[in-house]
This record gives sequence, structure tokens and C-alpha cells, in this order.
Amino acid sequence: MILAAAAPASPADAWLERAPLLLRDALTGWLPDALRPWVAALLSIATILGVFGLLFAYMTLAERKILGRIQNRPGPNRTGPFGLLQPFADAIKALTKEDIVPRAADQVLHFLAPVVLVALSLIGLAVIPFGRNLVAVELEASVLYFFAAGAATELSIFMAGWASRNKYSLLAAMRALAQLISYEVPLLLSMVPVVVVAGSLSTTGIVAAQGGWAAGVWPHWHALTPWGFSAFGVFMVAALAESNRSPFDLPEAESELIAGHLTEYSGFKYALFFMAEYLGMAALSAMGVTLFLGGWQAPLAVLEFIPSYVWFGMKLLLLLLGFIWIRATFPRLRIDQLTRLSWKFLVPLALVNLVNGGLWAVTSDWTGAAGVARWVVSALLVVVPFVVLGRSLTAGYGPRTYRYASP
Amino acid sequence: MTLLLAILALVCLVPAVAAVLVRNLIHSALLFVLAWLGLAAFYLAVGAEFIAFAHALVYVGGVSMVVLFAVLLTRPGRESALPAPSAQRALGGLVAVSLVASMLGSSIFWTRLPSVEPTPPVPLRRLGELLAGPYLVALLLVGLILTVALIGGLLLAAPRRPSEGGDA
Amino acid sequence: MSPLHLCLALSAALFCTGLVAVLVRGNAILVLLGVELMLNAANLNFIAFWRFGPGGGEAGLVFVLFSIAVAAAEAAVGMALVIAVHRHLRTIRVAAANRLKG
Repeated sequence: MILAAAAPASPADAWLERAPLLLRDALTGWLPDALRPWVAALLSIATILGVFGLLFAYMTLAERKILGRIQNRPGPNRTGPFGLLQPFADAIKALTKEDIVPRAADQVLHFLAPVVLVALSLIGLAVIPFGRNLVAVELEASVLYFFAAGAATELSIFMAGWASRNKYSLLAAMRALAQLISYEVPLLLSMVPVVVVAGSLSTTGIVAAQGGWAAGVWPHWHALTPWGFSAFGVFMVAALAESNRSPFDLPEAESELIAGHLTEYSGFKYALFFMAEYLGMAALSAMGVTLFLGGWQAPLAVLEFIPSYVWFGMKLLLLLLGFIWIRATFPRLRIDQLTRLSWKFLVPLALVNLVNGGLWAVTSDWTGAAGVARWVVSALLVVVPFVVLGRSLTAGYGPRTYRYASP
Repeated sequence: MTLLLAILALVCLVPAVAAVLVRNLIHSALLFVLAWLGLAAFYLAVGAEFIAFAHALVYVGGVSMVVLFAVLLTRPGRESALPAPSAQRALGGLVAVSLVASMLGSSIFWTRLPSVEPTPPVPLRRLGELLAGPYLVALLLVGLILTVALIGGLLLAAPRRPSEGGDA
Repeated sequence: MSPLHLCLALSAALFCTGLVAVLVRGNAILVLLGVELMLNAANLNFIAFWRFGPGGGEAGLVFVLFSIAVAAAEAAVGMALVIAVHRHLRTIRVAAANRLKG
């Protein structure tokens, strides 16, 4: 109790909260002034690489474990305690395997594709605020930067598929392009109302706009408003498609395209593709947390003693576990179903949501009965289009009839 | 500043020239992407942050995809390695281009340009106010153009008789 | 060389590269890409005069945004045209598309 009373008034001043910054200052403090920003930048790059590299390693393990449990088998459990050393064993295996390049392949593009893919998946992480004052690069238009960087990732999948000179890989390349064109639109459209309501294109500004609580308990996170909930859903579905995760993993559909653009890759390059997939997934989830789940903000005022970066990490892990769960649950879509879902459902929903977000921004000073009306109108603008569009999307799909072989 | 700009100019120009010269259409399109990225970096260095990201988003994320799709849909196997253009055509084109280049070059380097302090970058909010204020009509018109272009592109590229394939 | 000169020189070079693509290469897709490059060169001039010119160039910045949007529309329609031409003539050489009735 005495400790609690002695705790600083603002959570921003808590020692744990400032620990990363203090550590950085301690490490760079003895350097001359001219060098200090450069070393600080290098340190943040190293930290991001280290943290997300480890996250990648243990995401693969967690994915295999969770998929295993969902499918009623234990998953990897032999390397180290509980299989904890499995990622490192996999890495050594990938490094020591023979690297095969097909003779007919476009040698330069075949080599460049995985490298470019990993690089592009990483640079988006630079603008994510991982905690209070924990952002590697502060930009005025950082949301735009993130999506500009992410837009190019599917290009490297195309490069991989085309350079392999394999018909399955080429089909994968075309599917990757179709998927990107289709899902880039709802991804960007779902992000626009957030920018409108927050009045900022910078990630730190958007997180700051989500601070505080309504009535002391209801956080001002965008996902907890009707328009934000809808936008969050559209964003996460599009993010699934953008990171080529099941049920949208059509470019690498192993049952029809024998792993598509990955067919002609082996050894470490194959591992790089996996790394890029997980990094891209983590980057998009981190953006989802930033845009919709309040970034590093704590859900309740009493929980603010937990440092902001821990909150960010917990939300990020929650979304990533959601990705794994979805992979274990849903079957893969067909290519026409994939594009139809985007153009006939997600895009109109996101467009209506744009109006919804605009209304929300215009009516931000309504309180009392008008405030309730604002919530009702916003909720109606989500539910009605959802039901109408959903019905038109599934029209013609009757209730499924099962036919069994007669004995 | 000038040195950085010169390096970025090369980063932009070399892929652009290579893109025009290579025979393979896919290589050409990818080199164009590289040139656009270089141009975005150039914009960034000049201080037009928002323009740089918008440019990268539209060109690398949008235009390049459409171009690659068009290349693949128009039989890359047969036509990607085009025959070299006829000598007459190449010569005529090069003469015309060198005339334009010398005109542009001489007019740029023989003009005494005012040397003033660089204008400070425009804050994003100011850009938004400009777009929503004096340029609102133009903004709406651009939205209209984009919509019409989208529908027009769909109509042009769609097969004459769309096959009504229902999915069971 | 002042930064303004450099920007203008790069812009002129890009414009000429685009012109080469349009005039020398007979491929419709490359022609469209060349036109895009020429538009980029024009955008670069706007930005150059906004930044290093004698002030009052905010309109140039806004114009670049519009220009990017129109270029995107042009690319979409252009590629649709290329696909339609290819469907008709089985080629995407510009010289082959010289009849009004397909």
C-alpha cells in the first residue's frame, strides 16, 4: 500500500514504462553527439529484428503445437523441453540443405524474390508504436508508408512464381496478383474511417486519439464503436488475404498447385518465404492493434501499472493466435469465391463504413440522448448492410443436403 | 543535399532506361517498379512526404499489378521477347527523342533559375485543408474520373458475353 | 548544379526515356508505361518548383496528387484496352491495331 501511494502520479513516469528508453540512453550516452542518433537508430533496428525474429521462431512452434492440439495430436515435442528448441533445429536444417535452382529459372529474380519479400515485410514495422514513445521512425503520414511498403510484398510473390518457370508457379503468381488487387481495396478502405475519426495519418496520433475511457470503463478504442468494429472485421479479413494465410492461401494451395510459388524453392530460401509470411502477418496484426485496439493503451485505468509495451505485445499475440485458430478451422476458398467475397461483400461494406465513420466524426460532440442516437444510427449502418450483403452473397446456396450411400 | 539528390536521381534513372531497353516485358515492368520506387525516394528527399507515399502506393501497389496482369493475360510466352524494332523506326524515334532532349537540356541549363531558400514542407493538415477547401470541386471530379475509368475498364476488358457460371 | 537544376534535369531525362518507350518500342504495354513515365516527369517538375522555386507553389503539390490519380485511371483504362485489343487481334503491337473496325 505504501508502495502504491509512492508510485508516480502519471503512468508515463513509471520506471518500467521508461525502461527501454533508459536502457537506450545508457547505451548511447557515452557516444559523441553526432553519432548518437545513428547508434540509437541501429539499436532500434536491432531490437525490432531480434524481437520479431524470436517471435517468428516461436510463432512457428506455437502454430504447429496449436494446430496439433486442434487436430488431436501433440505436435512437435521432442527437441528440448516441450519441443522448445524445435525452431532452432528447423533453422539449422534449412541452412544445411542443398539450395536447388531450376536450370530454366530466371536466376536473378529467383534469388531476389525471397530477399525482397523479407525486406519488405520488415520495413513496415518501423512505424508501429510498440509502446509509449517506442516508435522507430516518426512520420507524419506513417499509415500511408506502412501500406505503401506492404503493397509491394505480393509483387515479390509474383517474382518468385514467374521466375521459377513452372506452370504451377506461374498460376500461383497470377493468383497472387488477383488476390492483391482484390484485397488491397478493402484493406485501405477499412483504414480510411479511422484516419477520418482520429484526424491523423500518423500511427502515434491514432493511438493517442484512442486514449481515455467513456464512463471510466469503456475504452475509446476504435474497435469498440459500431463503425470501428465493422472496419476491424474487414481489416482483419483483408489482412488474412494479404498475408496469404489460410483460408486465403490460394497462391500456395498445396492440393492443387503443389505449393505454387514455393514449388521450386528449397533450403534457406524456402525458410525465408516462411519468415516473410510470419513477419507480414505480425506487421499487419500490429497495424490492426494500432488502428483499432488502442495500440499500447491499457484497457482499464487501474491496469495502467503494466507497461505499455506489454499491453501491445499481449494484443498482438491475441490477434496472431486468432490467425492460427482460423487456419485450423476454415477450409480454403476457391479463386472465384475469393474475389467475389472481396468485391461483392468487403468493398461495399467498407464503403458504407466510410460514410459511417464520417458521420461519427461529425457528431463527435453529441451527448446524452443524442449520443445514444449516434450509437444506434452507427450500429444500424453496420448491421443492415451486413445482413443485406451477406444474403446477396450467399443467395442460391440452399441448405446443404447430404446424400449417403444406401446400404 | 545535392549529392543525395544526384544519387537518388541515378537510382531512379538507371532502372528507367534499362526498362525501356530490355527485351523481356516482365523484366521491363519490374524495372519500372524499381524506377518508381527510386522516384518515391527522390520525392521523400525533396521533402514531399505525403506525395512520396501516395506515389509508391499507387504505382507500386496499383499500376504495377495491373501492368503485370496485362502482360500475363496477353501471352507472355510468345510475345514477351519482342523482335527488335525495325531500324528505320528506331532511327526515326531516336532522332525525335534526341531533338527533344537537346531542346529540354539547353532550355534548362541556359536559363538562369532563381536561387531561393527551399520552401519548408507543407504540413499534412494544410494539404488536407487545401484539398477540402479551394480544390474540393477538383477532388470530386477526380473521384468521378476514377469511378468512370473503373467502370470503363471493366466494360472494355470483360468478354462480350459474360459466361454465367454459377458456383455450386 | 543547384537542386532545382538537378530536379529539372532528372525530369527531362525521365521524359525522354518515356518518349523512347513510346516512339521506338512498338509494344502497347510499353507505350503505356512510357506515358506513365512522362507523367511522372511532369509531377517531378511540379514538386521541384514547389520546393526550390520562388514560392507560392502549394497548388503544385495538390496538382501532383490529382495527376497521380488520373495516371492510375489512365493505367486501368489503358490496360483494359490492351487486353481488348489482344482479344481481337491476338497481338499487342501498336502498329497492328490500325483499323477502325476490328
